[in-house]
Amino acid sequence: MTGALAKPTTAELVHEAEQFLYLEAALLDDWRLDDWFALMHPEVIYRVPAPGSDHLDPRHTLQVIHDDHLRLGGRVTRLKSKHAHAESPHSRTRRLVSNVRAEQDGPHVVVHANFHVMRTRLGQLDHFLGAYRYVLARDGDGFLVRERVATLDHGIVEAGGTVSIIL
Amino acid sequence: MTELLEPATTATATAGMVDDRPDDGCFRVDRAALVDDAVFAEEQRTIFDKCWLYVGHVSEVGDPGDFRARTVAGRPLVLWRGSDGEVRVFLNACRHRGAQLCRVPQGNARGMSCFYHAWTYASDGRLTGLPDADGYGPAFDRSRFGLNAPPRVEVYRGFVFCCFDPDAVGLPEYLGQAREYLDLVADQSPEMEVVEGVHEYSMEANWKLFVENSLDGYHLIPLHRTYFDYLKSTEDSYLDPRKPTEARDLGNGHAVITVEGPWARPVARWTPAMGEENREYVEARRAELESRFDAERAQRIATTDRNLLVFPNLVVNDIMGVVVRTITPTSAGRTVIAQWTLATKGEPESVRARRLDSYVTFQGPGGLATPDDMEACESCQQGFATAAESPWSDISRGIHKEAAGGPFTAADEIQQRAFWRRWRDMVGAG
Repeated sequence: MTGALAKPTTAELVHEAEQFLYLEAALLDDWRLDDWFALMHPEVIYRVPAPGSDHLDPRHTLQVIHDDHLRLGGRVTRLKSKHAHAESPHSRTRRLVSNVRAEQDGPHVVVHANFHVMRTRLGQLDHFLGAYRYVLARDGDGFLVRERVATLDHGIVEAGGTVSIIL
Repeated sequence: MTELLEPATTATATAGMVDDRPDDGCFRVDRAALVDDAVFAEEQRTIFDKCWLYVGHVSEVGDPGDFRARTVAGRPLVLWRGSDGEVRVFLNACRHRGAQLCRVPQGNARGMSCFYHAWTYASDGRLTGLPDADGYGPAFDRSRFGLNAPPRVEVYRGFVFCCFDPDAVGLPEYLGQAREYLDLVADQSPEMEVVEGVHEYSMEANWKLFVENSLDGYHLIPLHRTYFDYLKSTEDSYLDPRKPTEARDLGNGHAVITVEGPWARPVARWTPAMGEENREYVEARRAELESRFDAERAQRIATTDRNLLVFPNLVVNDIMGVVVRTITPTSAGRTVIAQWTLATKGEPESVRARRLDSYVTFQGPGGLATPDDMEACESCQQGFATAAESPWSDISRGIHKEAAGGPFTAADEIQQRAFWRRWRDMVGAG
């Protein structure tokens, strides 16, 4: 049993977290990137660790993606541009998010979930498998994302070669 | 009948593929060189089995017993620092039946035991134990069953190379003029280290396309517009087309381009993007360089950006950070790239953070630029389906300056011709 289960959680909290993750996945699948980015807290960190070194301190370890609000905003701006050639034309994605666990941690909600992001583009189908870790901050009736870590179970070489989408 | 079954001689697979006529202003490469399986096989034999190839950096195995599993030219290898402190490279195959001895990417071990029959080797490669040794006759001499190594292993300024050709020239001679540029990286600080974590990514395209791309100053603005737009909007910095650039053929297939980019260099070009809190440190690094080297050399180390190719497939980009990249073909149409970043050992956490930020913004499989490089190479590969009707890729920029010996800019293609001319000479494609 993980220590996570000992922390306070309720069916309602899990439901809230699930609905938030589903909303986020839908916005990304629909390429509503501005609406998605509006869910990011000004102090957001979005991170994809380099496969094989995800257990190491990100301050001292090369990451595949390590965005603060500024760079994530830049990423969104880039992806909307037709000059983001790796995503022009856009990939189509289908995100399955499951096994959601949520717990209250002081003012924040920490969420763990599994993901299976399928991407298809130009006749190719790639699968990204892994786990999410979120830190969510309350924002009125909803949440803002403080931290969003997508940890892959496999190398990027096995998933189409690059991570040009937002995982 | 037998002659009908003979394969075409490999010597003809590449004949005439590089059309090099400087006097006519012509340099072009047959696109078959980038799609043909026979060419791929020929390259393995004449280039990857003959050249010095990068294995890793000594800092990746900093302590006695540290090891890293690597694959070089299709061979599984172990880079292993012995209990005696010496860095060695072994073939990762048990001498008994060949099972891979090391089956994890990295770790620390005084010895390794094969999981199949438990033959055990010390970190200097000696066979130190095997179960039921009495089952072997008197002729069995365990001292002859140590781990095998690539025929040649040498280290230059911390960069570990191996070569599968026992008759190859030594590494310093092979590197030739490229040594100076590795020195400019190695001299950045008294000790350089590879940061933990590797970027491994891939493309459905021929490896030589990414070698070309890694030395290509001509593509920066058109292909990476979104990256430079990002720098402009966030840091108000931009690639100034008026700043002089340079490209050089370094001989032996090695080449370099030099630019002065808009980004910060932790060694040692401070820009506001690095933050006021890091200014003093970066300026002190600059002063430290000036105390160790003459002004011109200190300035080259501190403020100029370089992309170096060590033939055939090692790229060292000394730009917003130091990128050490290997470009490895797995077939004519597929390439795996591994890259690490090299940094000043012991630099403050805030500088390390800015270095890594700046690096991942541009570089790697999730950067704002590299995925577009992959897309461009893959798009070329797809375009090569027309090779029968449209066989030639043009690589002639700046060729009219060759008679006078240059000078060349980073947007010329002398650096790519340097690679292709060496490629031609090695595979016999003249």
